[in-house]
Amino acid sequence: MSDNLITNILVCGTGGQGVMTAAEILAQGAIAKGYDCKKSEVAGMAQRGGVVTSHVRFGKKVWSPVITPGTADILVAFEVAEGARWADMLRPGGIAMVNTIRLVPPVVSSGLFKYPEDPVATMRAAGVTVYDFDAGAIARSLGDLRLINTIMLGAIADFLPFPASDLEEQIVGRFRTRKPAMVEVNQKAFELGREAARAQAEGSRKLAANQ
Amino acid sequence: MSAAVQAKAASRLLLSGNEAIARGVWEAGVKVAAAYPGTPSTEMLEQIALYPDLYAEWSVNEKVSLEVAIGASMSGARAFCAMKHVGMNVASDAFMTQTLAGVVGGLVIAIADDVGLSSSQNEQDSRFWGRFAHVPVLEPADSQEAFDMVKAAFDISEQYNTPVLLRLTTRICHVKALVTVGERNNRATTGFDITAKRWVMTPNNAKAMLPKQIAREDELRKAAEASVLNVIDAGTDKRVGFVTSGPAFMHVRESFPDAPVFKMGFTYPVPVQAIKAFRATVDHLIVVEETEPLVENELKAAGLQDIHGKDLLPRLGELTPNILIPAVFKFRGEEPPATTTYPKYEPFPRPPTMCPACPHMGVYYTLSRLRKRVQISGDIGCYTLGAGSPWNALDTTISMGASMGIALGMDKARSEETKDKAIVSVIGDSTFLHMGMQGLLDIVYNRGNVTTLLLDNRTTGMTGGQNHAGTGKGLHGEDTPRVDFAQLVEALGVKAERIHKVDPYKLPVLFKLIRQEIDIHEPSVIITDRPCVLSEFYGKLTPYLVVDNDCTGCGNCINVGCPAISVKKTEVIKRDAAPDIVKKYTTIDTAMCTGCHMCVESCGPKAIVPAQPVAVD
Repeated sequence: MSDNLITNILVCGTGGQGVMTAAEILAQGAIAKGYDCKKSEVAGMAQRGGVVTSHVRFGKKVWSPVITPGTADILVAFEVAEGARWADMLRPGGIAMVNTIRLVPPVVSSGLFKYPEDPVATMRAAGVTVYDFDAGAIARSLGDLRLINTIMLGAIADFLPFPASDLEEQIVGRFRTRKPAMVEVNQKAFELGREAARAQAEGSRKLAANQ
Repeated sequence: MSAAVQAKAASRLLLSGNEAIARGVWEAGVKVAAAYPGTPSTEMLEQIALYPDLYAEWSVNEKVSLEVAIGASMSGARAFCAMKHVGMNVASDAFMTQTLAGVVGGLVIAIADDVGLSSSQNEQDSRFWGRFAHVPVLEPADSQEAFDMVKAAFDISEQYNTPVLLRLTTRICHVKALVTVGERNNRATTGFDITAKRWVMTPNNAKAMLPKQIAREDELRKAAEASVLNVIDAGTDKRVGFVTSGPAFMHVRESFPDAPVFKMGFTYPVPVQAIKAFRATVDHLIVVEETEPLVENELKAAGLQDIHGKDLLPRLGELTPNILIPAVFKFRGEEPPATTTYPKYEPFPRPPTMCPACPHMGVYYTLSRLRKRVQISGDIGCYTLGAGSPWNALDTTISMGASMGIALGMDKARSEETKDKAIVSVIGDSTFLHMGMQGLLDIVYNRGNVTTLLLDNRTTGMTGGQNHAGTGKGLHGEDTPRVDFAQLVEALGVKAERIHKVDPYKLPVLFKLIRQEIDIHEPSVIITDRPCVLSEFYGKLTPYLVVDNDCTGCGNCINVGCPAISVKKTEVIKRDAAPDIVKKYTTIDTAMCTGCHMCVESCGPKAIVPAQPVAVD
């Protein structure tokens, strides 16, 4: 059993954010490294603005396609309240990589429910290690909001059991054949995602040192 | 083009169960494949359509899709049909007699159970059809098995002269895993044999077939007992052994890596003798099946009383490790291991919503304005969301096409209190053609007092936008004859003056029309004709914005229900003798807005204006 270490990555967000694509790229990256891999998704009615999650599991041999609560190594949240919603899936010491965008659903904007003031603070208060940054702002600075996907993947690239450059190649490879003009900007986005995560990691180390 | 379609034999690919089955169907030499869309089964036919050398179609409903497959099988071709679990309820009339008649070309029916209800109105265990119809059931546990088993199913079908059910669940259909693919078997088709007479199921012929069906089932039982699709995974921890199938096998293996497991792939007829032998090798036996205790009860009936199953495990939903581990630990008298470290946090619900500019919103906004006067019988599709906030304008949803029959029943069962209520049924274009037409015919035939809203958005929306007989396009996007809904409902007997076509974006027109028709006590049909915003027929217009100074905070536009509109600021006005007034000042996300104009129609003070100057034509 002990030689069968499984990496569990939960990608979450809302319908239309690119959760499935990010999970697909992660899965392909793992396969390219020779891992067995399963990728599970909940779609269906979720396509209509609902909650979307995708479970990516890879290792020597993967059995169940779903991540058991409390065992996720990495939570990739494309939306901040969704990050808080799924944080209990993390194992102790797992990390939540959170895009700080707030997507307010109609049930909130119509006043039926409240959007939490600070979901990241809630997660931290529960003891979760959170790396949060505004991936949307980075994407906008690069001129294309669709780059959020690449930025988020860049952000977790240094936390995987294979080199970040291999994940980058998965993304860039997709564009090289279909949209070569997008290669450079995706490389840049990937790098900025990595930097954002690094800055956060540095910040939390300093914080820990000061305490 | 999909990678799976182009992949050469022996390639290893990451495929969903649906994609893997499509490849398997093509490799099995299938000539005809048919389906009606339904989550989680839809992608099977979408993928099959990409392969060469076979015919694939969207049928108008599951029963017709099975009939198409039956006709092909009778003609000697291998045929495939896919549906979601509730689809078999529709197809079962054809199915229950086909099983008696048998096959020529292999006939495989894939049924996808939505275990856990990600997008369905109920949870059914389709393995029961095996016992009910005396046909074999195969149950894959991942994509590779789905691929292998669909091919095996065609061989079993032809060898035993029976249709074969391939039972899937959402965790097969929508999980991607590695699959090694093979080559197509270019099997010749014999053509229909007109002299056979074996297909005419008159009572006498059918009676003669019954003993053959029983004998066939006995043969299938022997086959299941010896099948290589049933595998024993010998484990070292003999305290508890498991009998399981499908994705539940994966969860068992994950949870108890050292336990002995009898993994069923050929699940009906249940391989009782083989399981009895396995039982003798373990201290205790637990049957882990999603969702009903079908195998468990069969084993108990065969005298294997000392086993466990649903006494320990839930009868609904998925049996994932977080369910299995505590249950089995408890059974063994041990403290279950700690599960989560961090607390569960529920910020707010995020239910599915209608898309910005969805034409259904106009209908439900209008119905919500008439709420006190109408009972609303709904149907299955995106428009089921009309039951939710802010419209709350849908009172029933039972099954595909049920809205009109149920509306007629409501009409005929009025009480003193409801005698003046108007009864409205709401149904989409694809659902109307699937099973709805007969309900409308019944309203006309029996002089019902029902106003039917036929929401024609030119697609099958909820399943992701598939073509149907009302879109004018086929599965491959090719042009086909398009149903004229107005002519169709007139032919069913609705008076021409009671049939209206209306643009659902024109809220005042729609409002007047619905009010007019519910006051006339005879069958009427209002057809809304805006395409789905996600369809190729939809054209985006100039977006709108809210002029802050003109917004009075009435909140009418919020009640349209468009996700592009949100409340920017609320203001509570306290009143002494009356409830507080809550002012909701709004804003429009111009990136989401498609310029449909519905909110403009709802805005009294005309505070919603185009975001850019509109070109005058």
